Amino acid sequence: MNQPLQGQAKAWRLAAIGALMLAAGAGFAYSAGWLGPSALTPQRIIDTFEAQAGHYPGYRKNHSKGLCVSGYFQASGQAASLSTARAFTQARVPVIGRLAIGGANPFAPDTGIPVRSLAIELSTDDGQVWRTGMNNPPVLAVSTAEAFYEQVLANTPDPATRKPDPAKVQAFFATHPESAAFRQWAASYKPSDSFANTQYHSINAFKLIDADGNAHPVRWQLEPLTPYTALPAQVDDPLFLQHDLQRRLAQGPLRWTLRLVLAEPDDDIDDPAKPWPANRRSVNAGTLVLEQVDAPEQGACRDLNFDPLILPRGIEPTADPILAARSAAYSESFNRRSRESLSTGARP
Amino acid sequence: MKPTVFHPVARVLHWSMAILILAMLFIGVSMVTDLSVRHPVLVSLHKGTGLALLVLVIARIIVRLSIPHPPLPQDLPAVQRLAAGASHLLLYGLMLAMPLLGWAMLSAGGYPRPLDLPAIAPHDVQLYAVLRQAHGWAGYLLFATVLVHVGAALMHAWVRRDGVLRSMWPGPRAE
Repeated sequence: MNQPLQGQAKAWRLAAIGALMLAAGAGFAYSAGWLGPSALTPQRIIDTFEAQAGHYPGYRKNHSKGLCVSGYFQASGQAASLSTARAFTQARVPVIGRLAIGGANPFAPDTGIPVRSLAIELSTDDGQVWRTGMNNPPVLAVSTAEAFYEQVLANTPDPATRKPDPAKVQAFFATHPESAAFRQWAASYKPSDSFANTQYHSINAFKLIDADGNAHPVRWQLEPLTPYTALPAQVDDPLFLQHDLQRRLAQGPLRWTLRLVLAEPDDDIDDPAKPWPANRRSVNAGTLVLEQVDAPEQGACRDLNFDPLILPRGIEPTADPILAARSAAYSESFNRRSRESLSTGARP
Repeated sequence: MKPTVFHPVARVLHWSMAILILAMLFIGVSMVTDLSVRHPVLVSLHKGTGLALLVLVIARIIVRLSIPHPPLPQDLPAVQRLAAGASHLLLYGLMLAMPLLGWAMLSAGGYPRPLDLPAIAPHDVQLYAVLRQAHGWAGYLLFATVLVHVGAALMHAWVRRDGVLRSMWPGPRAE
């Protein structure tokens, strides 16, 4: 065994060890993003939502205003050849859901925002869970998280008017030609008078995996069986859609058809801004039946993160970058609101 | 008679876990701020590797308790002896706690677990908040402890030159 070192040789080696430890620590800090911002992060997106709409402890950081609903999904059996997911064969799948309006302000008037969403969780008897968050526009205005962030910034409310500056919104659209389909939708959008007669879209595409392991890329949509009625020109009730939902569900269940739209080989499955041609083959996968609505800030949906990457066996994600970004940002929102519920007791 | 080097099984466990734990710490801190298509890949890698590490740490605790290991050098000062004992206890505790906290955190958050594992905590967001933060802070503490552990090992190898690092060094028995 060698003798312990002394003097200068010892000093050099101590310095080397110190330098190694410092370098490892710096590498860790860099990986954690502590050495300054580099790429866009989920934290920055959520911070921006809160900077624009306000800080509402305990609430979801986007689509903050909504109600929990519950019911079941009745598979038609027609999608069983496309995917092995149990949801497509089980007679009655329990569903927990949430109907919400877009935006990060939980006190915004229901009809002041064009975007509406329906998120559902299907829990099948094989122990698998499928969560999907759907919006009423069939496409997004953007194809990447970075462009989404630009869109959010362009929609920053003007302090004077408390509305986005139209010039900035126009400038955003002008520099983002991929938003064409979304703009077309927005221009022709005639809001309905209910969550019940609104159609919701999966936003992203997913791959259905059949029993032979073949992938069938699809987008899905919930088509209302409640007939369309236009929203009145003048709405005074800030809880218009919530009151309507409670009234309708008091009378009976509400139904939607879950339609799977199959991509053709030429369709872009990784770009949520790009619509597919209208004549694509589609399959009626079954019927979503909503029976119950919970009181505000109550119900089973409240403590769920409707991360669109929580998929059952038989459904897989596409490489759509927005899908990954949604998962990351939803997780950050869930972490923050659960932490806030701890310190404030607020549990919406 | 105490051995002079660690048993080969102990060394395989040590070095395989060392690589996996370092990878996990870096994956963990980077995935939470990652918004790109890497995010879901890192998250599933993190969950799978976490589960593997849970199995490995249980094996390692059994090996540590059942197979004799070399003693510390006779001339090591009492303070360093105490620090070595305490830091190893902390390392074992954190290696066991990290995957369990991760599993419990997913359970409390209402998230599915890898391999359809059962929930080990009730679905409760306030409990989730506690466990999620504990998982994060325990991770930072584990990284700091690993750093000290590496520094101490290098002190033994380069300054004290007392054979402690050699006793855990992989490969054929060097003497």
